[in-house]
Amino acid sequence: MIEFHLTKALHTAAGPRTLDVALSLAPGELLALSGPSGAGKTTLLRMLAGLTRPDAGFLRVEGQLWYDHASRQWLPPQRRPLGFVFQDYALFPNMTVRENLNFAAEGQSGAKQTVGELLELLELTELAARRPAALSGGQQQRVALARALACRPRLLLLDEPLSALDLPTRQRLQQALGEVHRQFKLTTVLISHDPAEIARLADRVVELDLGQVRRVGPPVAPAAPATVRGRVLAVLPNGRLRMQLPGGTEVEVNGVAQLGEEIELSVVYQ
Amino acid sequence: MPPDYWQTLRLTLALASCTTALLLVLGLPLAYVLAHSRSRLRPLAEAVVSLPLVLPPTVIGFYLLLAFSDSTALGRFLIEKLGLSLNFSFPGILVGSLVYSLPFMVQPLQAGFQQLPRSLTEAAYTLGKSRGTTLWRVLLPNMKPALLNGAVLTFAHTLGEFGVVLMIGGNLPGRTRVASIAIYDEVQSLQYDQANAYAGTLLAVAFAILVGLYWFSKKDAAHLS
Repeated sequence: MIEFHLTKALHTAAGPRTLDVALSLAPGELLALSGPSGAGKTTLLRMLAGLTRPDAGFLRVEGQLWYDHASRQWLPPQRRPLGFVFQDYALFPNMTVRENLNFAAEGQSGAKQTVGELLELLELTELAARRPAALSGGQQQRVALARALACRPRLLLLDEPLSALDLPTRQRLQQALGEVHRQFKLTTVLISHDPAEIARLADRVVELDLGQVRRVGPPVAPAAPATVRGRVLAVLPNGRLRMQLPGGTEVEVNGVAQLGEEIELSVVYQ
Repeated sequence: MPPDYWQTLRLTLALASCTTALLLVLGLPLAYVLAHSRSRLRPLAEAVVSLPLVLPPTVIGFYLLLAFSDSTALGRFLIEKLGLSLNFSFPGILVGSLVYSLPFMVQPLQAGFQQLPRSLTEAAYTLGKSRGTTLWRVLLPNMKPALLNGAVLTFAHTLGEFGVVLMIGGNLPGRTRVASIAIYDEVQSLQYDQANAYAGTLLAVAFAILVGLYWFSKKDAAHLS
């Protein structure tokens, strides 16, 4: 069980705001944080990890106070049993994949076995002797996830871990992340902008805006792309098409078609 | 070859090596603090560290000469309490070199720390690593070019030191006479061949050091990418 109420002054594009979030997470829950940039998602995640000091509030994890403003308690990040996956992966360039994991697992019983298992699980065994600079984005991301798990955390924090990856890689890693979350019995907080990703992975989603919680609840599955038929009225000099939709609305779209032809348009909601 | 050629060269290399080694030890914590400090006093500290870049060496040498003499409280403390008579001695010119070459060590190291992404340090912290472990195993290995740069610049700069050593150390063969002063001394007495022996050696050493630096930097860059 993780409970917290944390506040922190934010400097947003819209001026100064206060990040103020109170939540509790059940053990084994996967919570997604979503919202526009500047909403305070990363700041909240960093406060949970102890990388940013809150202005006030408390954070209690499994009965232990990690932070309490009133009694001035503060557990430094080194002593919080959590795994953190950074947006830029933050792999150590001087170490190979295996050394990155070894470094994380150091000092634990069965460290070598843990590292072997994680390399296997995230399909990194073949890449174990490579340095991060010689890996693709998706591979680096898998190493970052494996490294975060190597110190056997109970809480996993992920800061937009998949945002920079192409769709097929992202989908494979979503699957890996879901498996890891269940297999290691983790409580996970994931920052994501992708409604499909949230719907696929998260038990609950918290939507933040300008430091405030706008909505907490089950993820909403994104609507399937809709299509509409229309007739080409004109092919414009810039290569775009003027279309007439049912009901008489006219729109300009990109595409290739003959004058007068009826074609299907797909509609994307943004 | 000048009669005390090897003696002078040994002394020159000893001064450069000791200065480099000591400045690595002193410069690292200083650069680390300067790179991470958010104190309002930081510009002041940076100015103090960089002062030797813009001051004439004779000014540094003059004030150190005064500070080490028995006419100041510091000098009397050094001489009477610690038994350290620094003027016209090797330890004296070593202290002078440390002050004079400080920015050549601290500035590359500070830039090296600042170039590393903050997330590397934070990642190490979330893996439970202490500050010391993070510095030793994560930060320093990833700023090898900066370390090498600082060490090489300090070494080469100390080899070419003249004004500070002359002010504090004078020109005592075997004790404070370094190659750059020997060159001046030989030229004063019109011994151009002997001056040439020292000057040629300094030129060759400086060139070799720089070639080594660029060769290693290239190799290291290829190795990390």
